[in-house]
Amino acid sequence: MQEIILEARHISKEFHDPVTVQVLSDITFTVNKGEFVSVIGKSGCGKSTLLYILSTMDTDYQGELLIDQELMTGKGDAELARIRNEKIGFVFQFHYLLNEFTVLKNVMLPGLKLGKYSQQEVEHRAIERLKMLGIGQLAQKMASRISGGEKQRVAIARALINDPHIIMGDEPTGNLDMKNSDMVFDIFKELAEVHNQTLLIVTHDQSFAESSGRIIEMEDGRILRHKS
Amino acid sequence: MNSKLIFGIAKSLLLARWRQTLVAAVGVTFSIAMFITLLSFMNGLNDLLDGLILNRTPHVRLYNEIKPSDNQPVNAAAEFKGSYNFISSVKSGITRQEIYNSGPIMQAVKDDERVLGAAPKLTAQVFFNEGTIEITGVINGVDVEEESRLFNFKDYVTAGTAIDAKNVANSIILGKGLADILVADIGDVVQVTTIQGERFPLKVVGYFQSGIQEIDKVQSYASIGTTQKLMGKPANYITDIQVKLHDLDMAPAVTQEYAKLFDIDAEDIQTANAQFETGSNIRSLISYSVGIVLLIVAGFGIFNILNMMIYEKMDSIAILKATGFSGRDVNRIFLIIALSIGFFGGTVGLLFGFVFSVIIDNIPFDTAALPTVETYPINYSPVFYFIGGSFSMITTYFAGFFPARKASKVDPVEIIRGK
Repeated sequence: MQEIILEARHISKEFHDPVTVQVLSDITFTVNKGEFVSVIGKSGCGKSTLLYILSTMDTDYQGELLIDQELMTGKGDAELARIRNEKIGFVFQFHYLLNEFTVLKNVMLPGLKLGKYSQQEVEHRAIERLKMLGIGQLAQKMASRISGGEKQRVAIARALINDPHIIMGDEPTGNLDMKNSDMVFDIFKELAEVHNQTLLIVTHDQSFAESSGRIIEMEDGRILRHKS
Repeated sequence: MNSKLIFGIAKSLLLARWRQTLVAAVGVTFSIAMFITLLSFMNGLNDLLDGLILNRTPHVRLYNEIKPSDNQPVNAAAEFKGSYNFISSVKSGITRQEIYNSGPIMQAVKDDERVLGAAPKLTAQVFFNEGTIEITGVINGVDVEEESRLFNFKDYVTAGTAIDAKNVANSIILGKGLADILVADIGDVVQVTTIQGERFPLKVVGYFQSGIQEIDKVQSYASIGTTQKLMGKPANYITDIQVKLHDLDMAPAVTQEYAKLFDIDAEDIQTANAQFETGSNIRSLISYSVGIVLLIVAGFGIFNILNMMIYEKMDSIAILKATGFSGRDVNRIFLIIALSIGFFGGTVGLLFGFVFSVIIDNIPFDTAALPTVETYPINYSPVFYFIGGSFSMITTYFAGFFPARKASKVDPVEIIRGK
């Protein structure tokens, strides 16, 4: 029996404005530890919406969400923020680094927020992760001064800083050229295989999805099929 | 750890847009500086104007008023006891202006620990003879040393020396206006006729200038002894005891007490000069309102800039929230930004306010009416700095409150999806 990291139970969501639209209906699935799952589907099928619900940022849904066998549904803003900080790493389509800070500080921020390690330790861990992703030399540069591919790798390093249970990605390669896409994909692959990192990636890149461990295909707010 | 991190983030956001920050801070600096300068100047002016009258007015004045007796004989008569008596044409009885028992009263007043000091005084109505013309005037007999200590008498003697009125026999200090009319230089002798009709030569040893011309045309000062001699009265004859208290606000209470204790008429400074109090209050009110309006305008400036900053930083806010910063953390970050603008802007503003005050304090201000004033008056009370400082914090807090709340409510999903 494998350890379940994330579990969605009958998750449904409706948009009410301007007319009521069922975006997600009765989504139920689990993600085990160490799995590399990608969610694919056409634009508007609700895959991003699902990701935001799974990431605890969107709390307006029906059904239940469990992360690390703990029920997330109904928790308050501050507690969800703490859980996001500790257990979830994010990688977005657009890099979303804080331009006011150096690369190193960007990576360190969630670690400092968690407050589990001292500043020196967090810094050490951040540099370790940057080196692992091959961008150790960028540490002292301002976040606004590096290239798109580099930014995305910094974002991955930031996602890893607190050793999260799961990394979630929303089209992490959507905004990158072929070369950088491949690089980011290789990183994910390595994380999953070498470091046993759980990954849940939303993408519409078919080739990306096919090389991941498991595919969840969505259509019109439902899960169409699981493919391994 | 957490608050250190939040301070760090706030600092980076502030410094990243240092020009905007500077503009906001300069707004606060300007208004605080103006607030301080305005209040210092206005209050300096208030003190000056009040001082013109109040410094020289005793806090409590003890005297004997010439007035009809409250206790008319008919009221004492047994047969009219139950009736209400109307009496017309009541005249004052033979009361003396002199304070009875003045020596012991002076001693008792001086021994009271609420009292800073007490000075005796007597006034004599006289005519000054200028050739054939007689000019009415008043000679105040004062204890020059006590009068100088308690009522700044020395400051208003613009020519000659105050103490000469005591040291030179039969001498007088003339009001400047009066001296001009009499064409009397220092060292000259003026002729004085008392109401009893006796003529006296008095030597002019100084000029007195109060800043109020009407007074200077009538008043003059001499030592108590000289005045008593002039009036042909004994050495214990005085008509007023002027009391100065440590605390001005206690005057009404002390006045009532003394009136009862010494069976004498007493008047407090608040009753005597009610109109000055009103004037100062209204001037203070105006300067406070202007200052506070300036601060509110600066507050709106900060509000705008923070609002803009939040729109600009939507992405950053979204990412902070996505990576585990709660709404409260974000709220605190923006409040800290607002408060640091208020703190640094305010501190520099207080400094500038002080500098402007010093500059105004050094601008020459020559006016014939105010002999003791050489530069514009400034009141350096720390109270203004305290009010200015706390107000800058309060306004910036409120200016930051709504933008910060808005930032804390930013929904990261909307921002991240919206791209």
